[in-house]
Amino acid sequence: MFTKRIIPCLDVKDGRVVKGTNFINLRDAGDPVEVGANYSKNGADELVFLDITASSDKRNTTVDMVRQVAENVFIPFTVGGGIRTVDDFRTILRAGADKVAVNSAAIDNPQIISDAAMKFGSQCVVCAIDAKRRADGNGWTIYKHGGRIDMGIDAVEWGRRAYELGAGEILLTSMDCDGTKAGYDCELTRAISDVVDIPVIASGGAGTFEHFSDAFELGHADAVLAASLFHYKEMEIMDLKKYLKGKGIPVRM
Amino acid sequence: MSKIAVIDYDAGNTMSVMNALKFLGYEVTLSNDPKVLFGADHVIFPGVGAYADSMNKVREYGLTQPIKEIIKNRIPFLGICLGMQLIFDSSTENAADFGVPSIEGLGILPGKITGFKENEEFILKATDTKDAEKTPENGRELMKIKVPHMGWNSLEIRSKDSKLFKGIENGSFVYFVHSFYLSAKNSCDVAAVTEYGISFDSAVEHENIFGCQFHPEKSGDVGMEILKNFCSI
Repeated sequence: MFTKRIIPCLDVKDGRVVKGTNFINLRDAGDPVEVGANYSKNGADELVFLDITASSDKRNTTVDMVRQVAENVFIPFTVGGGIRTVDDFRTILRAGADKVAVNSAAIDNPQIISDAAMKFGSQCVVCAIDAKRRADGNGWTIYKHGGRIDMGIDAVEWGRRAYELGAGEILLTSMDCDGTKAGYDCELTRAISDVVDIPVIASGGAGTFEHFSDAFELGHADAVLAASLFHYKEMEIMDLKKYLKGKGIPVRM
Repeated sequence: MSKIAVIDYDAGNTMSVMNALKFLGYEVTLSNDPKVLFGADHVIFPGVGAYADSMNKVREYGLTQPIKEIIKNRIPFLGICLGMQLIFDSSTENAADFGVPSIEGLGILPGKITGFKENEEFILKATDTKDAEKTPENGRELMKIKVPHMGWNSLEIRSKDSKLFKGIENGSFVYFVHSFYLSAKNSCDVAAVTEYGISFDSAVEHENIFGCQFHPEKSGDVGMEILKNFCSI
């Protein structure tokens, strides 16, 4: 039984987890290894580490973090944030990440997707897309630099392009829904998922169990990502999985 | 504790495999020196990448004979993902690019590797989206099946006295990333099968030869148990 994946996202800065550090029973809630291992134990199918380290001269701490996670956590993990070049891909993959997510750099230079896919295989190239509904309600456009700059490019077209260039997965964040806890943008997720042959991870807006089942059933998502909901213990991954299983959605128990 | 050698031929997942074994407390060496490989208690043949490129690397490093020797010497040998595929006869992966029907593998066990997208039954299921709309209760089953097969899928363990799956529950989940799959010639070599549109051979056991299409080093606790089982053989 092939399953849908539940993926917690961890924000890391200078090699430390910076969001949702109010875990109980952890010696060091800022330690990516400990937080990652804890998630792995509690049913996470994969992990995404989003590096929000501002200064580039501290990037080495990120590489160290990736190495430590790889040495201690044995489920797949993706690292994103600040990836600019194919060399960045190599550095992060060599440190032990399974996949690398690229966002703004792919918008500036789409060829980074095909170059990385040729060098390291499509399976480790994740194209992260931040999309927002157009003001006139007619489709969505993509944004770069953490959602600050509207590129005016159609999100569905960009998703298809990323797939054609050789991306192995799409991490799709709805900027309209992110942080609202009002549900994923299922329309957006489905629009992209249905035109690509690669998995789409829905991100942004999860608040309830139903939001997750909707992302799978209405949004045709292959995986779902959530951050604060899991970090702040508002929802346990295993409880969510029990709910999804009850709805007939295949999950790894 | 037994000494494990991991074959070094520039495969992509080598470090993950090493990390998992070290975490379990084994003494692990990465090497392509036949002397080191012959001296190990267990040998692991990892692999992520394309079939033809990897076969070329195996030849370039002069590993074809040593691998056959290791197996002849009855040293427990585990091929992971592409490493498993390479011990079989051939693969159709990128074969057309080389103007041949298939790329030759090591041919240690009989069987062929082909792509999900070459299988008519798979294609039929993968594209049957219209029916999914009509019958929502079956919609999930019929929805588009994507390639690569990437994610967690379950094992149907075929052999009751499997050494690799000793103590592993039937239906356990493991992590897969692949677009090509094995059809072993001898069903008695198949230790587990997995369903992804079609049923394919996801693990093999033949005397001292073991192989898994999935990544035990990325399959959480179940994967770690499988690695421990192998290292205890």
